[in-house]
Amino acid sequence: MPNFLCKLLFNRYLVISLCIAQLLIMQSAMAKVIHSERSLYRNILVEDKGNLRCLKFNVKSNKTRQSCLMKDQPQQLVFNYTKQLLTALLVNPAPKRILIIGLGGGTMSNTLHQLLPDSAIDNVEIDQSVIKVARQYFGFLENDKIRTFSQDGRVFVKRALLKQEQYDWIILDAFNGDYIPEHLMTKEFLIEIKTLLTENGMLTANTFSSSKLYAYESATYKSVFGDFYQVTNADSSNRIILAGKSDLVSLSGKEQLSGNMTALTDKLQGLGVDIKQLFRNIKSTKSHQNWPDDSPVLTDQFSPANLLNMDTE
Amino acid sequence: MQVPTKSIHYGNLSIYFLAFSSGFSIMCIELLAGRILAPYFGSSVHIWGSIITVFMLSLSFGYLLGGKLSTHAASLTRYGLIFIVAGITLLPIVTSSTWLMESIFLTIEDSRYGSLVAATALFFIPTIILGMLSPYSVRLLVKNSNESGQVAGKLYFVSTLGSALGTIITSFYFVMWFDINTIILSVSLVLSFLGLVTITLAKIRSNTSQVNNQEGISHA
Repeated sequence: MPNFLCKLLFNRYLVISLCIAQLLIMQSAMAKVIHSERSLYRNILVEDKGNLRCLKFNVKSNKTRQSCLMKDQPQQLVFNYTKQLLTALLVNPAPKRILIIGLGGGTMSNTLHQLLPDSAIDNVEIDQSVIKVARQYFGFLENDKIRTFSQDGRVFVKRALLKQEQYDWIILDAFNGDYIPEHLMTKEFLIEIKTLLTENGMLTANTFSSSKLYAYESATYKSVFGDFYQVTNADSSNRIILAGKSDLVSLSGKEQLSGNMTALTDKLQGLGVDIKQLFRNIKSTKSHQNWPDDSPVLTDQFSPANLLNMDTE
Repeated sequence: MQVPTKSIHYGNLSIYFLAFSSGFSIMCIELLAGRILAPYFGSSVHIWGSIITVFMLSLSFGYLLGGKLSTHAASLTRYGLIFIVAGITLLPIVTSSTWLMESIFLTIEDSRYGSLVAATALFFIPTIILGMLSPYSVRLLVKNSNESGQVAGKLYFVSTLGSALGTIITSFYFVMWFDINTIILSVSLVLSFLGLVTITLAKIRSNTSQVNNQEGISHA
């Protein structure tokens, strides 16, 4: 074989192997699916991307909202909305009984248990497979303080009312962006939630801020709770609704809020949450109502939430 | 001779249209059933299991009953009456579903059986009545055994087409435009109205055929 041909071949091998090496490096930075399953309700995927582990529902959609954790710092909250949910602690820094509707990876439950080890946490999740995945891949913790119920959120709330249970803090995180359980967005449901709250209890709901649904949903919350607070970010497509059984401002004046804030700042810093920044993003709908007054209210009779959510007007 | 054949033809067309309407109504109601049950029994998969089971079961009984009924003095008037009864039996869904579901919710803790009982209480009877219409339509349309297969085929075609349209129009548009109760009340009113029109037409037709016969006699 002539010498130059050998050289050519050798060069080629070099180029190819370099390419392969490069590909391998890229691969490690790319997401790797470590678990996938089709549950009764959705496709569930667990993805590893470097240090980040994420729970995804229905891959192809960008709208899909996920639950993520950093593998080396599992107590850090990754998503803005989970941080925003913590603003409820400004009003009531020590909720004794917490209800979380919509489990995801169970990261919220874990974080709250770390933050408030004496509080009782009830998690409600309709999808048994999500609970399994949370236990298996996200270190979802359950003990005598933390219980999990595989049940529809609405049914759980109705049964809890029958047993005359009450919660200091209810977190509604059942909307993943692809499909909205429409019976968890109606006036009747919110009235049930309000009844389930203790006198100083609060509801934080992770909801939508784009699409036609925004006005309808806002009007529904206002019809039940009166004016409420919203926590939004300029960059994210969701908002947090912070509503109380009694008027939140009269409940705890601005001074008390900032008093609670000082106490919380250090505690939350460890979770990657800047509570002062979040506090600045809280706006009352009394002064900042950004939907028309005559927006229709969603009821058990009329709740086309999924159709409204497709309409990005 | 031309006039009566033409009137029979229109009569057949209207029966096909009526079968279409019953197919439309069945699926419109079935689709709304999911939303009616959700506040009490949730939206888990087993809710749809309960609903579909109840609808299939009541349709099967309806077919059996409708076929049986058609063997005795089948007439357009009776056919129209079935429509009116169907319309009336839909009304409790509007008037009594709340307290019915509430009491079932209180008695049965397991939402699978709760939803099954609630779906039965609300939808079993009206769906039986609506199911009776299909075999009865076949009886009214078939004139000889040779064409019976074709008539049954056409009838399945229009009533299932009605079901398809009832499903898509309800889920895409009706729920966006109206309250659930408004939709069900409208279905009930439309069915009753169709029944009344059928009975009236049957009366007019029997009268005119008598008049025609008399005229025929007098001309002769």
